[in-house]
Amino acid sequence: MTDASMQSPETGRHAASLTATDARTIKRAKAEKRFRTYGIVAIATGLFFLVVLFASILSQGIPAFQRTVVSVDFTLTEQQREEAESTLFKTKAYSDLFIAALNKELTERGVEVDFDDAAIERLLGKVGGTIRTFYAENPDQLGQPIEFDLAASSRVDGYFKGRVSRDTLQDSRFLQLSDLDLVDALKEAGIIKQGFNWPFITGADSGVDNPGGAGIGASVVGSFFMMMVVLVLSLPIGVAASIYLEEFAPQNKFTDLIEVNISNLAAVPSIVFGILGLAVFIQFMHLPQSAPLVGGLVLTLMTLPTIIISTRASLKAVPPSIRDAALGVGASKMQAVFHHVLPLAAPGILTGTIIGLAQALGETAPLLLIGMVGFVARGYPDGFLAGFTEPNSAMPAQIYTWAARADVGFYEKAWGGIIILLMFLLTMNIIAIILRRRFERRW
Amino acid sequence: MNDMTRVERAVDSQDIKINAKNVQVFYGETHAIKDVNVDIEDKTVTAFIGPSGCGKSTFLRCLNRMNDTIDICKVKGDILLDGEDIYDKRVDPVQLRAKVGMVFQKPNPFPKSIYDNVAYGPRIHGLAKNKAELDEIVEKSLRRGAIWDEVKDRLDAPGTGLSGGQQQRLCIARAVATEPEVLLMDEPCSALDPIATAQVEELIDELRARYSVVIVTHSMQQAARVSQKTAFFHLGNLVEFGETGQIFTNPEDPRTESYITGRIG
Ligand SMILES: Nc1ncnc2c1ncn2[C@@H]1O[C@H](COP(=O)(O)OP(=O)(O)OP(=O)(O)O)[C@@H](O)[C@H]1O
Ligand SMILES: [Mg+2]
Repeated sequence: MTDASMQSPETGRHAASLTATDARTIKRAKAEKRFRTYGIVAIATGLFFLVVLFASILSQGIPAFQRTVVSVDFTLTEQQREEAESTLFKTKAYSDLFIAALNKELTERGVEVDFDDAAIERLLGKVGGTIRTFYAENPDQLGQPIEFDLAASSRVDGYFKGRVSRDTLQDSRFLQLSDLDLVDALKEAGIIKQGFNWPFITGADSGVDNPGGAGIGASVVGSFFMMMVVLVLSLPIGVAASIYLEEFAPQNKFTDLIEVNISNLAAVPSIVFGILGLAVFIQFMHLPQSAPLVGGLVLTLMTLPTIIISTRASLKAVPPSIRDAALGVGASKMQAVFHHVLPLAAPGILTGTIIGLAQALGETAPLLLIGMVGFVARGYPDGFLAGFTEPNSAMPAQIYTWAARADVGFYEKAWGGIIILLMFLLTMNIIAIILRRRFERRW
Repeated sequence: MNDMTRVERAVDSQDIKINAKNVQVFYGETHAIKDVNVDIEDKTVTAFIGPSGCGKSTFLRCLNRMNDTIDICKVKGDILLDGEDIYDKRVDPVQLRAKVGMVFQKPNPFPKSIYDNVAYGPRIHGLAKNKAELDEIVEKSLRRGAIWDEVKDRLDAPGTGLSGGQQQRLCIARAVATEPEVLLMDEPCSALDPIATAQVEELIDELRARYSVVIVTHSMQQAARVSQKTAFFHLGNLVEFGETGQIFTNPEDPRTESYITGRIG
């Protein structure tokens, strides 16, 4: 220290005026400018792709929230029902009744078009079956006038959304050019309407030939029950494990091994967890197949490493001096951790947990292996507990199933489903941000 | 150096509070403390001086087993508090630390309110029966930490929002709030201005009436002013230990002499 003063100060180097930048400074300034440009270009590229992604999701998915319905006033008397039930082709009888009602409505409105049963079937699918089921389920509606909103077939729907046009349409068993005249006439008469597709949000999956009736509601419920299982299991287990490992466990070969394994688990492909879940939970433990409970268990295994890693990171980030301070006034290790360290680590833990849950919410592959495929989501569970054990699907699996189906109507539903899934993820991320803001403290 | 005589006269009790025998401390391979024997008396201020890195903090942390928190740290030898081995298997370090309080080298208030910082120790040890008693302890401790006047209007403000020197005095208040029998202070005044330093030194002098105080300091003047006993550490060895007046006026070891005259360190 003392010989610092003995060094002769370098003369000359600092002799020049401060206002004249020397060569080295210019070079440094240039390097800094270049680096900033790289950064801005990188961010701009990222933003560009984000915009493209969102634009394409929205443009493809928004039509899913709109639907085309054929709305007809219809009354079925007790007697008509008995007659229809006594015929050989029951749905055909209902279909005929419906066509009669439609014809009546058309003449009332002064519209003249010719159509046959087959055209109605192409437009509306199996109307007779739909009506028959409705009255079987709601016998009290017999004799009452009801306005039937029947979802139009995916091609008719596509005609209004621009997917199907007169120029390119080739007559097929699904739709013929002459049908479009009927569609136009019905539209003119106000019988074909377009509106917000509530059934898409509240409904369950439909058969492969009925994209109009498919809804994501049931699988949203499935996802919800799964996430409950994941949250209830992975948060306490993950946090307890991290606190033990970070604050209490001795540093030795064994804990090192555990640590390495946890880090590796976070990188294991999700499908591996899926097949593990199939083998252990379903084949060995005989838990119900396709149940959100099993899905939740599998996703818990996947989420645990994420939660443990982020919890440990936030525990590590708490300065050791805080622990010393607590121990120094005579707090036990546990008091030091729970009174001082954990509150400081809480925002990080919560953020990590929500990110882990968001990951789990978007996970598809393991669910397919344990049978939570889209077509299982045919209805809502019968109660709260049944929500865990009754077969159901989850949002991403439902989306996958739709995307894999042949009918283009389902393709649109898949995009719509993605929008809903993204809305849930966005909400979770916003919650994470709010929590972090709320709990963040300085030290 | 005038008031050294005053300090010398003030030595009244000769009871041994802490007795350290053949203490060795290792950080992994590093031998940080080499065979230190020292007797710390009750109702006395003992100063540890020595160049940076010589092991003062390390030895101080042995006295309340704060070194337990460092995995690689190994302590050998015996340290007796009132005749009991503090490294005995049956001793719970938590109980020990309630008796042997500590003020750290770097101020480390909890990220909580000033009130809660001081009240935390009394709360976990159950020293106050009700809120009024707790308020009283907090006020008394903050006064003893020479910080009451500065914070009495903002006891709810975060302790971390204070200046460095205020934080250190808050930490002192926090340490005295639990009424320890021994108070270990690791450079408590390194971040304080002369006025606050004088207040803390006054506090130390006052604490001496009841407790035994061990203070690490880099200031020779401070050691001379507040302590009755001084220990000089060098490279992990306890070079010299004795009456403060003796060490500063007539050191036996040439290393002590060169240190206090400013030739090593
Ligand atoms: N946690 C640790 N791990 C490893 N080595 C350590 C640790 N803490 C201290 N040491 C080493 O032990 C020796 C003594 O350190 P110590 O902190 O006791 O010095 P000190 O006398 O308090 O110094 P200063 O006056 O600068 O505070 C140093 O060589 C240091 O490098
Ligand atoms: Mg030190």
